[in-house]
Amino acid sequence: MEGSFGSDFAGSGGGKLDPGLIMEQVKVQIAVANAQELLQRMTDKCFRKCIGKPGGSLDNSEQKCIAMCMDRYMDAWNTVSRAYNSRLQRERANM
Amino acid sequence: MDSSSSSSAAGLGSVDPQLQHFIEVETQKQRFQQLVHQMTELCWEKCMDKPGPKLDSRAEACFVNCVERFIDRSQFILNRLEQTQKSKPVFSESLSD
Repeated sequence: MEGSFGSDFAGSGGGKLDPGLIMEQVKVQIAVANAQELLQRMTDKCFRKCIGKPGGSLDNSEQKCIAMCMDRYMDAWNTVSRAYNSRLQRERANM
Repeated sequence: MDSSSSSSAAGLGSVDPQLQHFIEVETQKQRFQQLVHQMTELCWEKCMDKPGPKLDSRAEACFVNCVERFIDRSQFILNRLEQTQKSKPVFSESLSD
């Protein structure tokens, strides 16, 4: 079992784990997971905001609303991230 | 894992310090990100009326306040829990360790 785990990551490395390779892969997986998380929450929020009664197709105004909503959601994400970060800095300075 | 197999699977038994550091840093970063996701979602409900062509300053200020109050709330709950624990321990065994 350990052998297969090692070879999954290191390929021809003879079961030896390459920490650099693991770090790269973990970073990619984290980035993907974060993008999915953002996408899922954003889709949910913008569906609620923009789709009143689902009609036969996505009409023009709904498309515009969704596009705008997605941009604003990402603005909001960045604002929250900045605010949280500055709060952490302040807390650290007070310690 | 016995000692004979550990030599062939070097790096599995002993933890690479560089890797360990990496995991700690990434875990920390991920906690931050996770909370940002959570707060964005919560504050979106409170601060966003109808998404406009840009994030106006009122909404932006609301998001910043929302984050501050969210953290205040977390700290308040934690402090209060600590206080009530001192006067009337309910989970004495699980928290004192």
